[in-house]
Amino acid sequence: MSTVNQNSRREFLKLSALTGGGLMLGFNWLTAEAKTPAIVNAAGVAGNIGFNNYLSIGTDGIITILSPNPELGQNIMTSFPMIVAEELDADWTKVKVQQAPLDTKNFDRQVTGGSGAVPHSWKLLRNAGATARLMLIQAAAQRWNATPEDCTTADGFVVHTKTGNKLSYGELAEDASKLPVPKDVKLKDRKDFKLIGKEVKNVANKDIVTGKGMFGLDFHREGMLYAMLQRPPAFGTRIKSVDDAAARAMPGIIDVVTFKNNVAVVGKSTWEVMKARKALKIAYEKDGNIESSSDHDRIFKSLLDTGTPTVRRKDGDVEAAFKTAAKVIKSEYQCPFLSHSPMEPMNFFAHVRADGVELVGPTQTPGSARTATAKLLNIPEDKITLDITRLGGGFGRRLKTDYVTEAAELSSLIKAPVKVIWTREDDMTGGSYRPAVRYRFEAALDANGNMIGYKLRGIGINSGNPTREDNFPSGSVDNLLIDSVEHASPITTGAWRAPITNFLAFAEQAFIDEVAHAAGKDPIKFRLDLLQKAKTNPAGPVKYDVDRMIAVTRMVAEKSGWGTKKGVHQGFSVYFSHRSYVAQVGEVVMKAGKPVVKKIYAASDCGQVVNLSGARQQVMGGIVDGMGHAMYSKLTFKEGEPVQKNFDTYRLIRMKDIPEVEVHFVDNGIDPTGLGEPALPPTGGAVANAIFAATGKRVRNQPFMDEDVFKTTITPKTKTNTKLPKSSFQKTKKA
Amino acid sequence: MAIFKLHINGKEHQADVAADTPILWVLRDHLGLVGTKFGCGIAQCGACTIHFNGAAVRSCMLPVSSVGSAKITTIEGLSEDGTHPLQTAWDEIDVPQCGYCQAGQIMTAAALLKKNPHPTMEEIDGTMHGNICRCGAYHRIRQAVKLASTKI
Ligand code: FES
Ligand code: FES
Repeated sequence: MSTVNQNSRREFLKLSALTGGGLMLGFNWLTAEAKTPAIVNAAGVAGNIGFNNYLSIGTDGIITILSPNPELGQNIMTSFPMIVAEELDADWTKVKVQQAPLDTKNFDRQVTGGSGAVPHSWKLLRNAGATARLMLIQAAAQRWNATPEDCTTADGFVVHTKTGNKLSYGELAEDASKLPVPKDVKLKDRKDFKLIGKEVKNVANKDIVTGKGMFGLDFHREGMLYAMLQRPPAFGTRIKSVDDAAARAMPGIIDVVTFKNNVAVVGKSTWEVMKARKALKIAYEKDGNIESSSDHDRIFKSLLDTGTPTVRRKDGDVEAAFKTAAKVIKSEYQCPFLSHSPMEPMNFFAHVRADGVELVGPTQTPGSARTATAKLLNIPEDKITLDITRLGGGFGRRLKTDYVTEAAELSSLIKAPVKVIWTREDDMTGGSYRPAVRYRFEAALDANGNMIGYKLRGIGINSGNPTREDNFPSGSVDNLLIDSVEHASPITTGAWRAPITNFLAFAEQAFIDEVAHAAGKDPIKFRLDLLQKAKTNPAGPVKYDVDRMIAVTRMVAEKSGWGTKKGVHQGFSVYFSHRSYVAQVGEVVMKAGKPVVKKIYAASDCGQVVNLSGARQQVMGGIVDGMGHAMYSKLTFKEGEPVQKNFDTYRLIRMKDIPEVEVHFVDNGIDPTGLGEPALPPTGGAVANAIFAATGKRVRNQPFMDEDVFKTTITPKTKTNTKLPKSSFQKTKKA
Repeated sequence: MAIFKLHINGKEHQADVAADTPILWVLRDHLGLVGTKFGCGIAQCGACTIHFNGAAVRSCMLPVSSVGSAKITTIEGLSEDGTHPLQTAWDEIDVPQCGYCQAGQIMTAAALLKKNPHPTMEEIDGTMHGNICRCGAYHRIRQAVKLASTKI
């Protein structure tokens, strides 16, 4: 695996042309709909750069695939080529993958976010592989004077079924490239998949374990300068005065530049710059609200009652339902701000020259980074190149373009190539957090324990709409009101892995658990009843797939032996996010009077699994991420300044904290629906509900470690979950 | 500034840097050995782990002046061709997600296995607890250390 920069990409194209033929196949990324790939012969390639993405087959049989989407650990550089290679019947060991640079003319959706890459490109990639395969077959048939029907393919060869003759793809590539491009190629039947759905190793493993420089922070250019920016320590402040004399006098320092609200120290090495930055004397003044976490607590409580809410969804007559209710349950849940904290701190290289701009670094949205740079510097976009390095994590932080444009701005000011590096402290205090939110849930039960009314009000700080009004339980409750109020703050926020649902799912699934218990029903049975209602007698539009949600629920109940275990306490949670469905059961045991999470079972429906190894890892990683942040992490503020600045005070989950995780997939033949995020949202609920099962106490605020149940010693409950009648669960297919 | 002679990965290197420069930045900025990563700078995450006379240390807080004649090994020098049992186990178990923490994880594990070739799960957890993997690849990291320990 390697990254292609603009120059070497041209080289790549030229090389492909020089190998004396070979098949160059473009498949169009510009539309969501699969199109018939176009084909050119290799000689024409160099002149055909406006040719979308391609797979090329060299005469040596090496198949090269450019991967357009940024790789941040979701394993896209392995799963994309797998899909092409599957339909091509390629020999996987001969497939090479290269990261493409930003190229909006030829690629579509060069974005990593929203768990959307595979769902978006599934058909395009399959079609590309299948089309190339058919052309190779046709070329072989011509040579053998046979019909294509007499030929088949396997592992990079076309085989003549009658004689057993074989020709390699490399031998056929040139002939194949001269054939007309067939339309409406037949895709494989799922049962014939050889790669898709199997465990295939990350194509970058070797480079990673040997320490190859692949990340943005590793990028180096001869003559490049290093820079660090001092940003205001508190939100709601701006620079009043700067005394940079001492910093300028430090060794290795080339320049100190103040722009916008930044003081940039530019020098010859990271350490010199880091040291000199500490010598800056900057005075700040108030520029907006200066907020502390205690202010937020107050704001939340007052806006819940006095805010002017925006109605997000309204079904039936919720007030009437609550008036006639036999029982009303009301609870509030709160989550703190979170930092994204990808392991690789923010950084970007920029070189603004008279004739154009070169950008290199880790970004989830190369397209918007370039657009923002073009706007800022007033330079046409086609004068800006952007090479995508591997990302040392993203979690949504690298959807923002602030750290790209500041590098470009600095380079334009100092007229030199420069790499801006953030320290961990810069990263954690520099903003764009998961917004802090407080929810109030209310449920009305009738005398039979049926949920006849449901209210949710979300109060978020720079959160946009902190609800997902059309998610479950919407559609399953006749009378429902979901609304929200937003508080505007100088503290910046942004998308954080599974935006909004990363916390909402916990709050909602923990509340539904409360309601089930209040209704005296088994928590899974209670949800299945609601889902049944959403299916047979829905209230308003239902925008999730009820059957898929039921299926993962049943599967996880069966796999976890729900309600049948002694000595462990189980909690259930299920959530639909992006396009996929994940149900989880958390298991807690009591140890020295404290709840300990021992195991989490997951049943995931992401449609067709592409790479079973990568998919398992996405689910396990999502669960570890979801549990870690629910249990341990918080970013609080004191007078506008983040209190936690590094991993000594900002706690992330570590090895000894992780529970066992068991992952299952539903095999239903649906096209892939994405998996980078959907496993994370349900985890907080599964853990919190298991903690309740074990202790009889609810954790309603994150991080759970700050809740009473972890601060006091609890006498263990011996009762296990209510046993469900066997008939509640249908048999599920094996994952 | 002063010239420091360093023994890294079996070779002699020289760097003209300030005495307080952490060896991390000497490796990365001055010697082009970028496999050792910067994650926190305060010895909390383990991304910068290297071997100092065979022991795992955090290079982000180790000034170059205190290295002296010690033998430094970085991920680039762990094996000649990427076939240290941990490196192959990492591929076999398919550990890396983003991959950024993995050099530090492997170096921490390598020092452990050198001292204790057949650690228990508790010993693995106890040692690897110091390294953060933000992607949450802990299950496979643990499994790969165990696997490597069977091949040593
Ligand atoms: S960078 Fe040295 S421990 Fe984190
Ligand atoms: S693999 Fe991404 S931080 Fe460990």
